[in-house]
Amino acid sequence: MNQINIDVTRATQVQAPDALHGATIKVSSRDVDVHYGTKQALFKVSVDIPANAVTAFIGPSGCGKSTFLRCINRMNDTIPAARVTGAVNLDGVNINDRSVDPVQLRARVGMVFQKPNPFPKSIYENIIYGPKIHGLARAKADFDAIVESSLRKASLWEEVKDRLHDAGTGLSGGQQQRLCIARAIAVSPEVILMDEPCSALDPIATARIEELIDELKQNYTIIIVTHSMQQAARVSQKTAFFHLGTLVEQGPTTTIFTAPRDKRTQDYITGRFG
Amino acid sequence: MSMALSQPARTSTDQAFAEHLKRRHRREVIFIMLGILATSVGLIALAMLVVDLAVSGLTRINFDFFTNFPSRRANQAGILSAWVGSLLVMLVTASIGIPLGVAAGIYLEEYAPKNIWTNIVEINVSNLAGVPSIVYGLLALGLFVYGFGTGRSIFTAGLTLALLILPIIIVSTREAIRAVPWSLREAAYGIGATKWQVTRDHVLPAAIPGILTGVIIGISRAIGETAPLVTIGALSFIAFLPPSPVTGTFPFISFAWMFEGFTVLPIQLFNWVSRPGQDFHANAAAAGLVLLAVTLMLNGVAIYFRYQLRKKLKW
Repeated sequence: MNQINIDVTRATQVQAPDALHGATIKVSSRDVDVHYGTKQALFKVSVDIPANAVTAFIGPSGCGKSTFLRCINRMNDTIPAARVTGAVNLDGVNINDRSVDPVQLRARVGMVFQKPNPFPKSIYENIIYGPKIHGLARAKADFDAIVESSLRKASLWEEVKDRLHDAGTGLSGGQQQRLCIARAIAVSPEVILMDEPCSALDPIATARIEELIDELKQNYTIIIVTHSMQQAARVSQKTAFFHLGTLVEQGPTTTIFTAPRDKRTQDYITGRFG
Repeated sequence: MSMALSQPARTSTDQAFAEHLKRRHRREVIFIMLGILATSVGLIALAMLVVDLAVSGLTRINFDFFTNFPSRRANQAGILSAWVGSLLVMLVTASIGIPLGVAAGIYLEEYAPKNIWTNIVEINVSNLAGVPSIVYGLLALGLFVYGFGTGRSIFTAGLTLALLILPIIIVSTREAIRAVPWSLREAAYGIGATKWQVTRDHVLPAAIPGILTGVIIGISRAIGETAPLVTIGALSFIAFLPPSPVTGTFPFISFAWMFEGFTVLPIQLFNWVSRPGQDFHANAAAAGLVLLAVTLMLNGVAIYFRYQLRKKLKW
């Protein structure tokens, strides 16, 4: 896509990114505030998300990391009490602008949720729902091809190719989550948001998802919210630490985990709170 | 026991615990008894009703009973005009009441902004469900019969009963929609479905079994209603059938039946029961049996559909 190259050091005044220096910025936010009714959940969040990399949002429960994630595909629109201000730029275009259609946005920014939530339909129907509503395919052969390629990319094909018309909900938790990833991939998004995708999974299923995330980053920009600092350290190249609704620190994952500059980040990653 | 010997202090507490436990189990048994009793009262009452109706009415149920018009002679009288009338009125009621009720329920639950006005509407809808049915009859008499000039017809009756069951369907639609997990909506929104696509493709299919339950309750209520139909002027003695909806000439469908006079099963039943003489009472019992059977049948059909639709959902 028409990505705009921005020098990271100029885009984020606070950072001195090393590993990510010169990376293309896919998503950037400026002064994002979110209110739920009278309660303010996010305070002036400004963050830059590099393209084709995994960015992890970490922080204690209720720190606003999921709330911010949901700003990136305007999922907060579906909550009547939520009010979002500030700019969230995707390829340099502010998605909070009136002219941006959230329906179209969500075709470009896919989402995977905390609890696997396949539709109560067959595996096949789960995958083709997105392409169908967006009119990406008409012929059955096209749908078949999308189903196979999406399931392959989600490394689920081998396990389910003989039972595509069985219920998606009949799969194991880890398979369901990979099905949800395949469902998101099926509409060819550019960004995939993952809201604690492994919190409902056992360690083996978690490891498979993490492997998958690592493969997917070649083609997609991935943002993952996680409670597990080990997971953030394992899968991400960039990490942003949230605390009490503010973005405390962001930078290359190795820097955040080895040489955090903020006391709160240090306390959190060393397990002093959270 | 050795424990009790070595620790005499605990013995008393153990005994107290055991006695308390015994009392707790006793209460459990008492509640189960009460529950069985409460359930049997309803079941036994229904069984007695059916048996009573069957004893006095079963002899009258034969082929002729369904194909004969009412008559002055009890043993020749039948329910042809009544069951046809009931069926046609229900057809109108269902085809107006169900779409209106479901659409209003969807709008109120999924689309309407949550503010004081929707609260007022909500309270009013719930209250409407409790309005005595004869009041709907009065409304229909004034509004439809005299106001719109729809006459004392099947159409007016269907419309009246549709209004009557509307709140029931709205409320059950809303409850069924509310029970659909939010995560399902998020999943659909997340890949870029519009609100209508989310509603049509995911919320409604998941809610339809629950909506059907409301429809069953509504239709079962409507089919037994007498008062509002008497109010709008249903006839009690009809020896003709409305014109057939299917005709031999183009366009092969006729709606003339909608504007005919009519009677329905409960009115026919009331008519027979208010006559002197055992024979007509037997007819009334037989008509009661038929009414029960029709209600059960309608429920059966709806439960079958509900079962099929539930099976299609692969939770």
